[in-house]
Amino acid sequence: MESLFINIGNLCREKVVELTEVLNLPEAFAGYFMVLIYAIAILTFVLLNAIVLVYLERKIAAYLQQRLGPNRVGPRGILQSLADVVKLLGKEDIIPRAADKWIFRLAAVLVIVPTVMVYAVIPFGKDMIAVDLNIGIFYFIAISSTATIALLMAGWGSNNKYSLLGSMRVVAQMVSYEIPLVFSMLGVIMIAGSLQMSDIVAAQKDMWFIVFQPVAFLIFIIAATAELNRGPFDLPEGEQEIIAGPFTEYSGMRYALFFTAEYANLISTSAIAATLFLGGPSGPWLPSWMWFLIKVYAMILFFMWIRWTIPRIRIDHLMKLNWKFLVPLSLVNIFVTGVALKLFSGW
Amino acid sequence: MSGMASPVIFWVLAVVTVGAGLAVALTRNIVHSALFLVLTFIGTAGFFMLLEADFLAAVQILIYAGGVSVLLVFGVMLTRHGNIKLSNPLNRYKITGGIVAALLLLLTGGLILYSEWEVSPEALREQESTVSAIAVSMLSEYVIPFEAAALLLLVALIGAVLLAKGVKHSK
Repeated sequence: MESLFINIGNLCREKVVELTEVLNLPEAFAGYFMVLIYAIAILTFVLLNAIVLVYLERKIAAYLQQRLGPNRVGPRGILQSLADVVKLLGKEDIIPRAADKWIFRLAAVLVIVPTVMVYAVIPFGKDMIAVDLNIGIFYFIAISSTATIALLMAGWGSNNKYSLLGSMRVVAQMVSYEIPLVFSMLGVIMIAGSLQMSDIVAAQKDMWFIVFQPVAFLIFIIAATAELNRGPFDLPEGEQEIIAGPFTEYSGMRYALFFTAEYANLISTSAIAATLFLGGPSGPWLPSWMWFLIKVYAMILFFMWIRWTIPRIRIDHLMKLNWKFLVPLSLVNIFVTGVALKLFSGW
Repeated sequence: MSGMASPVIFWVLAVVTVGAGLAVALTRNIVHSALFLVLTFIGTAGFFMLLEADFLAAVQILIYAGGVSVLLVFGVMLTRHGNIKLSNPLNRYKITGGIVAALLLLLTGGLILYSEWEVSPEALREQESTVSAIAVSMLSEYVIPFEAAALLLLVALIGAVLLAKGVKHSK
């Protein structure tokens, strides 16, 4: 069980090498094919989980609000998401006449690119990282910082004042909350002494970093919620004020892409939280990838719980919370971590 | 990057980067200009990656490509008038502009041609990180420029706070 996926990977590699030999291609092509296979595996993981999460979110929201939630399609409404996917696929692709057409079209595609790219460095299990970059966590930060551009393009390209307002909010919120998010990761990186994911996981062999860095974990959770544009920080799409923000003009499959990206980001951020603070894919008895899934889903459920419990915050409070509370707090956390590290490791 | 593919990747990157750079200057719509700028930055990050400077590549994406969205917002907010198609006009200083561009080309081109480039005798090993090397030189050899940059940023930050706060008019 432990090395189930690794064995599948090795089997694929053998077959690919055989194939390149049969086709008389240069050896390097086997590597390219393997990259393609990894990419397909990651995409499958993302899409499957996104479908599950949509159902999960609706059910949890319903239970928290004492409703039943989806309960008509299949037993306990379990096929609801599938029905929705089919519906969205069949919908007409509407592009407003006044829209900046190329930007409008591109935005829906580009939003999914950084979202999927960050999965390259996520340790799904023991020895199960697609690319174990030596700058792993920094790669995650860098790639996810470009997600704002796609949302801004969507808001601008729609040529709709609510969309533009929403995308302005996206930029203001995501750029500001990136700072405490990165600073909170810094405490962990300082203790692990490495940016590489496998090193960070290995450093938590004896004790999870949530024990050493509880404040950083708290800051990470708050900042990540804001980065994900989820409640109570879902101002960019605050329905009562600006309809659906940047997504207002989108319908059908393009809207579905934004929706998928949102849930894919939720999974990857939860995976990063699990890796940095909850010991990554390590744990007793069960195989490592199963532990990783359990931890990731625990984080996702936590994010959902927050979203449906706390009402939306006001925009000036949002900025105040970041600049006057989270940023100073995260700086203090870095300072304390540095001093403590020096004290315990000796001068 | 493995040997065989890198010339192909280099030329693709070069065409995309230079093309996007030209588009930044020639597009009339300021939002399109800024978006092409993102593409230029990502192309540059690709070159860093090709040179195995992965940390620099990530910094390039984080600071420039990620930061451009802020620039874009300013572009939208400050220049939005009746016709967006004319928001990034070409000016009429053709001769002056040409002379400045030619001088700049001569200067940078000359410097590139006549400086002695150090070529590393061996390729970087697979798992060797450039991060620690950069960190060490930043906090030892180049500590004064590093601190000076930090001071500059602090001044800019305080300036921004003061500007945002505004001056109280006493009556």
